[in-house]
Amino acid sequence: MKQPTFLLDGMPVPFEEGQTIMDAAMAADAFIPHLCHHPEFKPQGSCKLCTVKANGRHVSSCTMQARDGMEVENNTPDLNDKRRTLLQMLFVEGNHFCPSCEKSGNCMLQALAYELEMLSPHFDQFYPDRPVDASHPDVLLDFNRCILCELCVRASRDVDGKSVFALSGRGIGKHLIVNAESGRLADTDFSLLDRAAHVCPVGVILEKRKGFAVPIGQRLYDEKPIGQQMERLAARTAKVEV
Amino acid sequence: MLDKRKIRLATTSLAGCFGCHMSFLDIDERLLELIERVDFDRSPLTDIKHCGPCDIGLIEGGVCNAENVHVLREFRRNCKVLIALGACAVNGGLPAQRNHLDLGQCLQEVYLTGEGLVNGQIPNDPELPLPLDKVHPIDEIVRIDYFIPGCPPSGDAIWKFLTDLLDGRTPRLGHPLLRFD
Repeated sequence: MKQPTFLLDGMPVPFEEGQTIMDAAMAADAFIPHLCHHPEFKPQGSCKLCTVKANGRHVSSCTMQARDGMEVENNTPDLNDKRRTLLQMLFVEGNHFCPSCEKSGNCMLQALAYELEMLSPHFDQFYPDRPVDASHPDVLLDFNRCILCELCVRASRDVDGKSVFALSGRGIGKHLIVNAESGRLADTDFSLLDRAAHVCPVGVILEKRKGFAVPIGQRLYDEKPIGQQMERLAARTAKVEV
Repeated sequence: MLDKRKIRLATTSLAGCFGCHMSFLDIDERLLELIERVDFDRSPLTDIKHCGPCDIGLIEGGVCNAENVHVLREFRRNCKVLIALGACAVNGGLPAQRNHLDLGQCLQEVYLTGEGLVNGQIPNDPELPLPLDKVHPIDEIVRIDYFIPGCPPSGDAIWKFLTDLLDGRTPRLGHPLLRFD
């Protein structure tokens, strides 16, 4: 039987039954911008960066199953404008001060902002007050940079079996919390060996005493734009994570 | 044939560290090429104190005090095209890291109650501009036409942007010139 395919910006992409548009695009080395998606975890479609137009309708490509003959628009000015606006809202809601961030150059939020040529945050800054949690001996939590992708939540719950993290609150009040009575990471069984310690796409969960081991300017997305790294993004597993 | 009128360019640093101006000087010998095409109006390079009618204004730094607001508005009034230069102008940058602190408490701690201070006094000379409660990116005060992010933007990024603009192209910074750090 002929393998089913769909068209991604006019390019035929083959897929297996049950695969999402994102899975198939990743396998075909075609880049769809995304933040909350990670091939190792169950997709949840919350960041909306991967929104594409499938047969004329806006859908999250990480949760939408591919269908034979489907026509998918991805890299279009209209979709990229919307994605840039989503990024701008994420930037102003937190405190994303790249020059002092250890994740700068390895950060997916920043790399996508480069990719989509976001030159300014456009909206007024919120400047929220979010104290850091430096209680854990090996790991620093800087909530200022959280984009609520829930990768740490999923990794800790589904892989580590610890459920150290969760999101709490609704709407603009939603925030990342730590599962301890004190709310401090030191009072959980979180460890640097956990999968959750290494999945943050931005600079919230950082290993202590390892800062700036690679100089700014020589990092992952300094070397090559994220749009040309789909192969690496698709191969993300516990072993190769930055 | 008449010579092409030279473009007038003004620059200033508000709540910044002059790092973006240092980076501007990093265009090195291309400065000579630039002054063939532009005249500098108000700028630390000319020491002209007030901005006259200009084509392009480059603003480094965010807005942290009352004087910054006056200077920024003077630039907006006089410049046809106003450009935010660097992280602080674009999103507040380093000075904006004080935004989650109470300004009064900051001043108290620095000038009155800090360790080793005796007979401290919060500066109140009328010539000193009053600090604002929060530090703001410049596009929260006036309309900004273009943004050049980076801390600082590299000399190459500034050169690419300016020459695009002077040559009548839409200014564009791609990889690797577009950087936030």
